[in-house]
Amino acid sequence: MSTRSDSRVLEAPPGARARRRASAPLSEGARAERRLAWLLCAPAAIIMLAVTAYPIGYAVWLSLQRYDLRFPAAREFIGLTNYATVLSSNLWWIALGVTVFITVVSVAFELVIGMGLALIMRYALIGRGAVRTTILIPYGIVTVVAAYSWQYAWTPGTGWLANLLPSGSAPLTKQWPAIFIIILAEIWKTTPFMALLLLSGLALVPDNLVRAAKVDGATAWQRFTRIMLPLMKPAILVALLFRTLDAFRIFDNIFILTSGANNTRSVSILGYDNLFTALNLGVGSAISVLVFVAVAIIAFVFVKGFGTAAPGQEVDRR
Amino acid sequence: MNRNARARTLWGIGNTIVIAWALVPVLWLASLSFKDPATIADGNFLPTKWTLQNYRGIFETSLFTRALVNSIGIALIATVLAVVVGSMAAYAVARLRFPGKGLLVGAALLIAIFPPISLVSPLFNLWRQLGLFDTWPGLIIPYLTFALPLTIYILSAFFREIPWSLEKAARVDGATPFQAFMRVIAPLAAPGVVTTAILVFIFAWNDFVFAISLTSTLNSRTVPAAIAFFTGASQFQTPIGSIAAAGVVITIPIIVFVFVFQRRIVTGLTSGAVKG
Repeated sequence: MSTRSDSRVLEAPPGARARRRASAPLSEGARAERRLAWLLCAPAAIIMLAVTAYPIGYAVWLSLQRYDLRFPAAREFIGLTNYATVLSSNLWWIALGVTVFITVVSVAFELVIGMGLALIMRYALIGRGAVRTTILIPYGIVTVVAAYSWQYAWTPGTGWLANLLPSGSAPLTKQWPAIFIIILAEIWKTTPFMALLLLSGLALVPDNLVRAAKVDGATAWQRFTRIMLPLMKPAILVALLFRTLDAFRIFDNIFILTSGANNTRSVSILGYDNLFTALNLGVGSAISVLVFVAVAIIAFVFVKGFGTAAPGQEVDRR
Repeated sequence: MNRNARARTLWGIGNTIVIAWALVPVLWLASLSFKDPATIADGNFLPTKWTLQNYRGIFETSLFTRALVNSIGIALIATVLAVVVGSMAAYAVARLRFPGKGLLVGAALLIAIFPPISLVSPLFNLWRQLGLFDTWPGLIIPYLTFALPLTIYILSAFFREIPWSLEKAARVDGATPFQAFMRVIAPLAAPGVVTTAILVFIFAWNDFVFAISLTSTLNSRTVPAAIAFFTGASQFQTPIGSIAAAGVVITIPIIVFVFVFQRRIVTGLTSGAVKG
């Protein structure tokens, strides 16, 4: 952020309030206000840039090199070879498939369950406070701790859930059962967040509108689909965007539940394994960059394709 | 009347299912942590033989206690820094007119969606060169960074609700913009700051990706990472009991936050999202 560039000082500030006074010369007060604003924002801006923009650039540079920590002397520039290695590897495509599957299934379930929770938290005749409080526990609990709880629950002999299954089955050691347990753990942990975002959307539905529809003879289902859902659309899209991006980065649950064994790796786990098990910084960085690109594409599709309002835009609108 | 009673029963059943669903995994872990090592693998939901041995076990070794100190220290420092740096930026975003605001908010949004794994490889290498690998600052810096977007969004939403007129009055009375910020706005903003601090603390307390990638010893390893290393190589009789006990210990602060600050956490989580 360039704090003192003169061209910027003379620029008309964006936003409606600014437009009103764009023609007037800047008063001393307005100039002081800008200086203060830049001073206040500088630390945050510098930290965010230094810790993300620079390293991601560095990751791109690392990904263009042969860089194996076991053979540091053999480090050299090899162009896009690491990307070719990753993209021609079965492991990458399996991991991508697993990640997309987990993301789609868990977000879909979370949307439905989260909507139910939001409706309970808004309209339940009794116990709204109790529900609001309790569902914050899955939200707040350390993911690793919850993952261990699920792991032991599904461990044959030790676990109460595993004991409900036919004897001899060890679900966490088979690909599909393990993936479904990972999805279960993910849904349990993150549905409350989804529910709270949906609740904030539900708060925008005027009560008298719902009541009027009821008087006019609309059924509960009609009130939900014809009145609440359309009004909640922006909130639903934001909740979906955040949870989709979050689910795509899934790491903790898989690391604890299966450590990525039996083809249950997500792309994040694959990147971690290449960095810390194979000690290959070049290939690991290429995976890091690819995950970043995938996340950027998802965000772009949501914002451009569905018109999801990014929270940032709201800040400017006011 | 009768209809109302039926509705109440239905809601009651729904609530019970939700509450049970939210609590069962936590209760299961707590139950494991109280099980005697001899019966820990018996598959009962409740312990048949209760013991505190697992808790005594983890508190007797530095493996856990040191990690607990790291977790508390790192999360607290990251929280304080994020709140200080973030509230300055949030104040500017909410209150002041300046070019570059959209850029800052956009950058914060980008970081909010940034995949941590993409930072792990470059930070791992940079931290080794800078001597930050396996140190407290090595974890505090990424936590601070990822907490900033959250802080800026939540706090700017809170700051917008604060009455403008008070600040103007202070300015008329001769206060500088900075004084107006410190003397008038800061005390009014305290509830928002507390909310934000709780959410940032939970985030830092929760992190696992950075904690296992950027640490290698008890020097800076936090509890979630340390637990993952309990298995096998530890001197405990059964890692299951130790992991369960350690898990329960680090869940306690979360439960306290949830019960004391329920309303604030809900407001904080939803104020960052769209309102219209």
